[in-house]
Amino acid sequence: MYFTSIPFIAFLCLTLLVYYILPRRARWVLLLAASLGFYAFSGWDNLCYMAFVILSSYAAGCFIQKTNDQTKAYLAEHKDLPREEKKAYRAAQKRKSTAWLVTAMLLNFGVLAAVKILALPQIGGIFTDYVMPMGISFFTFRTMGYLIDVYRGKHPAQCNLAKLALFTSFFPAVIQGPISRYDSLSKTLFEGTGFSLDVFGKGAERIIWGYFKKLVIADRLLVMVGTLTGTPGEYEGLYTLLSIVIYAAALYCDFTGGIDITIGIGETMGITQEENFLSPFRSLNIFDYWRRWHITMGTWFKDYIFYPISVARPMMKLTKWCKKHLGDKTARRVPVYIATLVTWFATGIWHGASWNFIAWGIANALVIVASQELQPLYQKFHLRFPKMKGKGYDSFQIIRTFILMSFIRAFDIYPGVIGTLKQLSTIFWKPSPAKFIAGGLTSLGLDTAGLIAAAAGLAIVIASSFIKKRPPAIVFALLVIAILIFGVYGLGFDAAQFIYNRF
Amino acid sequence: MQELIEILQNLHPEVDFAACDTLIDDGILDSFDIVSVINEINDTFDVVIPADRIVPENFNSAAALWELIEDLED
Amino acid sequence: MKKWAAAITAIAVTIASLWFLTRLLEPKYTTRPVEGALTGEYYDQSGYNDVLIIGDCEVYENISPITLWREYGISSYIRGSSQQLVWQSYYLLEEALKYDKPKVVVWSVLAMVYDTPQKEAYNRMTIDGMRLSPLKWANVQASALPQEEKLSYVFPLLRYHDRWQELTKDDFRYIFRRPQVSVAGYMMRSDSLGSGRIPDPPRLADYTFGDTAWLYLEKMRQLCEKENIRFVLLKAPSLYPPWYAEYNQQIADYAAKHNLAYYNALEEQEAIGLDWQTDTYDGGLHLNLSGSEKCAAWLGEKLTASGDIPDRRSDSKYTEIWQKNEAAYDALAATQAEELRTEGKVETIMIGEIPQ
Repeated sequence: MYFTSIPFIAFLCLTLLVYYILPRRARWVLLLAASLGFYAFSGWDNLCYMAFVILSSYAAGCFIQKTNDQTKAYLAEHKDLPREEKKAYRAAQKRKSTAWLVTAMLLNFGVLAAVKILALPQIGGIFTDYVMPMGISFFTFRTMGYLIDVYRGKHPAQCNLAKLALFTSFFPAVIQGPISRYDSLSKTLFEGTGFSLDVFGKGAERIIWGYFKKLVIADRLLVMVGTLTGTPGEYEGLYTLLSIVIYAAALYCDFTGGIDITIGIGETMGITQEENFLSPFRSLNIFDYWRRWHITMGTWFKDYIFYPISVARPMMKLTKWCKKHLGDKTARRVPVYIATLVTWFATGIWHGASWNFIAWGIANALVIVASQELQPLYQKFHLRFPKMKGKGYDSFQIIRTFILMSFIRAFDIYPGVIGTLKQLSTIFWKPSPAKFIAGGLTSLGLDTAGLIAAAAGLAIVIASSFIKKRPPAIVFALLVIAILIFGVYGLGFDAAQFIYNRF
Repeated sequence: MQELIEILQNLHPEVDFAACDTLIDDGILDSFDIVSVINEINDTFDVVIPADRIVPENFNSAAALWELIEDLED
Repeated sequence: MKKWAAAITAIAVTIASLWFLTRLLEPKYTTRPVEGALTGEYYDQSGYNDVLIIGDCEVYENISPITLWREYGISSYIRGSSQQLVWQSYYLLEEALKYDKPKVVVWSVLAMVYDTPQKEAYNRMTIDGMRLSPLKWANVQASALPQEEKLSYVFPLLRYHDRWQELTKDDFRYIFRRPQVSVAGYMMRSDSLGSGRIPDPPRLADYTFGDTAWLYLEKMRQLCEKENIRFVLLKAPSLYPPWYAEYNQQIADYAAKHNLAYYNALEEQEAIGLDWQTDTYDGGLHLNLSGSEKCAAWLGEKLTASGDIPDRRSDSKYTEIWQKNEAAYDALAATQAEELRTEGKVETIMIGEIPQ
């Protein structure tokens, strides 16, 4: 049941209706039932994976909580213990919590790794057509984030199994995130806020906007991307450049559209989720980009992988050693660069167990390191040319970052690491502008009408990014009509199917 | 406190660390800066800032960071 | 309050626009295949029909209701559509009984050979024209192919939204009013293309009709029994698709078992007076005007033999309607004859197209 299917829309309307009929205290229970139902729709066996994540995190979380409480109570009771003994007690208790955390994480990430490997075509094909449980990366990460935060004492554990189950399974976010944090999502998730036309309207508008981006633009552009990347040898040179730029637009509309629907659904129920995008194509550099694109994933990796690695005790020791033997400057770089590489390697794997994604992660890490290394050069440049600042320079940076990130994203659409690199290289060594001009755009799977629809849609999205005021309701009425008419869905009306063949 | 300001000033000479309280929110300190600062603090004060204390509230201002160091020294 | 008003206005404007756009984007069937318009046209002449003839092109091409009227005073309507399947016949019949109280229902048996939905296009042409009712929904449930979105029969915009790229003048012209296509459900063709040699049909491994087909035939029979309607089975004359002896036997057995009349025109070609050189327009698949008039004359005689169908030729309520039908029929026949004379082929096939 995808967001863009009619059953989903019916399911959503029904859930909303019952949600507001029920008394406020019971609403989260309905959400839980709806979420489990929604997930079960993708296959009962998938529900087992989710149940495993919920139950194991529930057990570990509650145990860690109990240990923490125990520690506090014990220390409060024995205030006059010597400091050393207190410390030893604390450490012993922490070890217990750590054991639970590590066990739960090993189990959950183990299962995640296993299904990712099973889903590889060269492996899954041996058994059956194994399909990865829908959204498993997202809900596993979301729930593990919860568990780590309990361990860190950021918030208490949720010892109501049903509430934890809702946090893990919350249906709008189960397929593609955002990877909300427990302390932020739980503020509104269980509240059952009263109906407010204003808030509901905003949510509905956001949902409409999301569908518009997805159905009118993304699904059209993805047809072109499919053609351009389906036969890579056919479309080289400038077509490769076109392909990565169109993919940038398609992915943006697809992903942000999906997140708009997710956040909008939450809003219609008075539930606030974290933003996942912040005008990513206005990023000035790659650091900026990763603060604006897929934000909840970025902060997850930063908080739970990057920082823990870079400030871990062995890393500190390594830094000290470097300081002594290799100098200050190197020592400052070592921990962050190692942490960056590991983090991006993991981010790559998270996207999928394939060399392409690993290469994608490493490419990000390399660009980040290179940008960092180039900082002094940029500073010198700005000292020498102090006038090279302001809007013009910003635009240059924005375009540069857009193109750079589009190149990195090529690993996402072309087969094989070497294949991708080769394909990208054709942009430079055989751009073939004549072939590009002769071939044009209409051979890429969209006819003129389709191209116009996609271009007009993109123009609306771009224009909307300059408007800060909330548009009047009638605009959204028009958008609904535009989605229904120009959306890519249903059996395309094909006149050829209607040729009367004598019956 | 003065030593801490110096550490920060070394990274970003252009920022007034005594006054600014949006170091994270405004993106003045990025993740690389934070790791550098933590290393310097470790050197200078012999305090290890664990990963779970790396949250915006603790790094938004020099004062907040100083409070964190004092807390960890206990 | 103001916000509520704005929200309600926005929703109302959306719904009104969508209704309008649905009318605009739905296929109008004003060019071939015009058969898509047949189902919807029935409602214009419902309420006066003593005989309902139900089935696929074997009825709406092969039987002239005007002949039934002129020779026997039968007020009849052909509720036919392209490749109408048995369950579709059943639901169209059940729906028609809400509007008409017929004495006789004639059903064309060729559809028995299909036990599963065949093509989306035919589903749409048969069902789209039905008025929204539980019966339409039941028909969709029975007919939809796996790839079809059933809800799109209730909201046709979901199916036809993509036609914005191919709108023609007719789509705007006929937003609210559709042109008349048939005369009492009959589609006229005056040209003829004689039949050549028809090769022997291939032998089949299994001639048994499917369970679903039987089920809905039985439902039709029971419905007629309940409503006190004489249910008649008809195999219309056509050389192709083949009507095997094995098929014939199954229908004959069923008719005998339930004491129904079963008329197989293929066995009575001589009585009908069919000439496969002059009475078909496509080499034996469908009859043309002269063929369908002969066939109707034969059928009318059979139907009126038991004397339960009233002759309405002196009833002014009926003559008013049928005079109009006759005029349209004669005008179309004249137009086609003229086209045949000047151009050698038939161009105008629907009433609404007749030059004024």
